[in-house]
Order: sequence, then structure tokens, then C-alpha cells
Amino acid sequence: MPEVVVSIGPQHPALKEPVNFKVIADGEKIVRLELDLSYNHRGIEKAAEQRNFIRVLPLLERVCGICSHSHATVFSKGIEEIMGLSIPPRAQYIRTIIAELERMHSHLLWLGVAAHVIGFNTLFMWTWRDREAVQDTLEEMSGNRVHYGMNEIGGVRRDLTPAQVEAALARLPVLEERIKKYVEMVNSEETMLIRFRDVGKMSREEALKYGAVGPTARASGVDYDVRRDDPYLAYAEVPWNVITDTHGDVYGRTRVRVGELWESTQIVRYCLENLPAGPIRVDAPKTAPKGEILSRYEAPRGELAHFIRTNGTDKVERVDIRTPTLANWTSVAVCLVNQNIADIPVIVAAIDPCLSCTSRLTVVNRVDKVGR
Amino acid sequence: MAVPDTGMSRRLVNWARAKSPWITVYNSGACNACDIEIIACLMPRFDVERFGILVKGSPRHADILIVTGHVTLKQASRLRRVWEQMPEPKYVIAMGACGAAGGVFHGLYHMMACVDCVVPVDVYVAGCPPRPDEIINAVVTCLNLMAEDAAHGGKEWRRKKPATGADTEGKSCTVIP
Ligand code: SF4
Repeated sequence: MPEVVVSIGPQHPALKEPVNFKVIADGEKIVRLELDLSYNHRGIEKAAEQRNFIRVLPLLERVCGICSHSHATVFSKGIEEIMGLSIPPRAQYIRTIIAELERMHSHLLWLGVAAHVIGFNTLFMWTWRDREAVQDTLEEMSGNRVHYGMNEIGGVRRDLTPAQVEAALARLPVLEERIKKYVEMVNSEETMLIRFRDVGKMSREEALKYGAVGPTARASGVDYDVRRDDPYLAYAEVPWNVITDTHGDVYGRTRVRVGELWESTQIVRYCLENLPAGPIRVDAPKTAPKGEILSRYEAPRGELAHFIRTNGTDKVERVDIRTPTLANWTSVAVCLVNQNIADIPVIVAAIDPCLSCTSRLTVVNRVDKVGR
Repeated sequence: MAVPDTGMSRRLVNWARAKSPWITVYNSGACNACDIEIIACLMPRFDVERFGILVKGSPRHADILIVTGHVTLKQASRLRRVWEQMPEPKYVIAMGACGAAGGVFHGLYHMMACVDCVVPVDVYVAGCPPRPDEIINAVVTCLNLMAEDAAHGGKEWRRKKPATGADTEGKSCTVIP
């Protein structure tokens, strides 16, 4: 049978974000996948070079609306290291709490979207309802539901009051109970098992070869998590486990994510209960000395890296952002080969793609090649 | 054009439209947060479906287009095409600081000057991102606008006329081809 090119996007009912797939299919089977990711390219890296350290943080938060704290934290962490600042422990703990709450809201969101693409809308509604509890906590702590604006170079901008800590602790048991339910559902619910098992399989070798990161890699048995292997913030002091799985399919990725949800609740609980006293920030100098650094961070979707080069002024000379989704796209293209066309949404959703982060990057590379 | 307020069937169409607006969301360069908040509107806590508001994937079914984010150069012609596919009368809501003036992305090299240069915007929502309740409020505002337009027989009545002798040539917006 001749091969057919199916073009999907950038505006398509099945897509939440603008991306263009060209699926080359032979009957129902996928032969190859071509991607165009650059629709949302905004030019943030260039803009970051023109703004000083105070103004650049809100910009970097808006790289992505889901992992906004990740981008701001990884950047301030890098700059603080170049400046040689040591951040007070209370600030580290507050950053960790926000980071883990962000992971919870992101994974709950993902679980809902994954359930939605297989037509299991009940779970979609449930997870998003529970996600509102996380959003409430975040709003209480930071004043905003999505872009928290908690970071600044040298610490955090807002302290947690005892009342906030108490309110957050009061919400945790409900969440824990719900998450336990999800863990149970993922392993027993027939609808999910049928659509997730043996779909989009990727072996450990392939995951390593194509550079997959985060839950996608951990579901294929790659035991790697920046939080443990290169500890930052308060992760070295908090007891927690890296979740891995050996299934390597969408089912495995779901198991890893619900496992991480549980770990996140425990990290948040530990941090809230053991919040050290003291200041929440140190005074940072306006300028950073000349230097280069690769700052790494485990975002909800995987390892996020910022390469930062400073030149002794109050602005960066270059910041290069490698988002986890970009690292994972190659693995999707590999997973999709020989699968059914109907499984595209599930497999694509399984890496939890975030196009806003990724598109920005792709075109910058292209521009680099052409001229700069 | 809006269905003029004559005859039973026309009145029925106008009434039905105001009672159950269908919405399509287009991400034209947003940071995702605005999109997430729109989806949060559909969820049990805010549940816009109880107001008859339905989010549709296809612009051909939609009455209201919500544009999230500033418009990137690459998206401009696509956004225009999506807007052109919508049946009349169509309304556009621009979300957030980005939709209004670019927000943090104002003036970046891959950005259009404004959403309004690409598609005519009827309602702006403030916030970065706007809260779900603000989004619902924007849709309700848009519905009121629809009712007023239907009473006036079209959108023309609220279009600002340039003052006589005003220079309409030197506009700073670049209108896309
Ligand atoms: S208005 Fe704010 S939240 Fe919305 S897309 Fe723009 S930067 Fe993101």
C-alpha cells in the first residue's frame, strides 16, 4: 500500500498547543513522523540578554506557564552560584515546597489530559478538581495561581506565615488520599490498562540513546533524577525516593508519575513540618562576575538545563535553555513507529509535551545556523 | 453579519446564540498559563458548561474565539485563517497581558505589534494569567456585547469613526498581508 501523509495542526481539535505533525502512514501503521515545533517561538533567550537580573526573572517564568517556578529557580540558582552567594536554608525550603507543589499540579494536570485523550473524562474531571487544592495552596503562598513570582536572586520574595503552613498541611491529607486512589486506579482500571499497556514502548537502551529525560526515561528503567544525583535546594536533607519502572510504555510512564505525586506530597509535608527559621533572602550584588555555568534542575517533565554566561555586568551575556520536552521529542518519534494512528494522542501526551518551552528553542537554533 | 432583529426565526437564533456561546481557543504564542486557566474553567470548580458555554475544537462551530498570548510572526497568518473560518457574527476575546499589549514579550523580534493588527478584538481580559472567574466574566461581557450588537443590527454602531481630517495612514500596526 502506498504511504499517505497525514498532516495535523497547528490548529486541530485534538491538539491543545500549536504544533504540526506530518505523520507518514502505511494503512493504519505509522512509518515516520515529521515535526514542526516552532509556532510559539517568542525569542526569550535574546530578550533575556537585554534585561537585568531583576527584570529577567519574570520573563523566564513566562517561558512556560506550567513549570514557571522551574525556570526561575534554575536561573537564580545558576546566577547565585556564579556570584558565590549562599542562600539561607529557609529560602531553600520555601523554594522546594513551591517546586514540589508545582510538580504535583503538573502531574495531576497530565494525568487528567492523558485520561482525556483515551476518552476517560471522569478521571479528567477528578484530577483537575484535586488540582484545585494544590492551586489554592500555591495561591495562598504566592498570591497567584500560575506564575508565582517567588524567586529573586538571593532568596525568595515572600515568607510563609504559620497560618499558611497550617492551611497547606490541612490540605495534604485530602490530596494524599486522592493520590492513593489514583495509584490504585492506574494499576487496576480496565479502561486505562487497555489503552496504556504496550503502547509506545521504549527500551532502556533506546531511552539512553535518544536522550530521553524525566518520567519518560525513568519509566524505561533509567535510574536518573537530578534531585538525587546532583542535589540542589533542600533535596539532600529530605527523605524521598526516585520512582522508576521497567514497563517502558505509556502504562509505565503513568505509574512513574503517580508515584512521583505521592513522593511530592511527602516532600512538601516534610518541608512544611521542618521549615527552618531565619531570613528568607540575602542581599545580592547588582552585577555578576564573569563566568559560565550549566545549571540543572528536575522539572516536572524532566531535566531542565540553563547554560548561563555572564560578563561582569548586570545582564547575562548568553542564556541557553534546554527544556525537557525538547529532549523527549526524539523518543516520541521513535516510539510512534509501527504504532496505530489512533494511538498518536496517547503516545504524544505520555511525554507531557510543553510546546511553549520547546518552540522557543527550536527556532533559536535555526537562527544560529543561518547567521548569528 | 448579525442576524437583524426581524422575524421569529431570526430572534430565535439570536436568543440561542446568547444563551449558549461556543468557544474555540487558539494559542498564538502564549506561555501556556492562559490555556491552562481556560481548561480550569471547564473543570468542576468553575464549570462553565452550566452557563451553556462549550469549548469546541473547530473554529467552524464557534461564536467566540479566545486568543491566548501575543501573536508570533509565524502564527499571524494562521490565526487570521482560523478567524476567517468562523461563521458570522464572530467575536474575539484577547487573553491576558499578552493579548492586550504583549506583556513581558512586548517588542521581541518574533512578535507582532498587537493582536488587534491580526484580528479585530472585542473584549480584553486583564491579568497574567487572568483567573478563571475573570475569564468567565469576559465571556459574559462578550455575551452582553452580542445582545447589544444584535439590537443595533451589527457591529458598526460601536466602531470608532476617525475624526475628519485625521491621519489614518500612519498607523503603527503592521497589518499582515
Ligand atoms: S498573559 Fe501572561 S500568562 Fe497569559 S500567555 Fe501571556 S505571559 Fe502567559
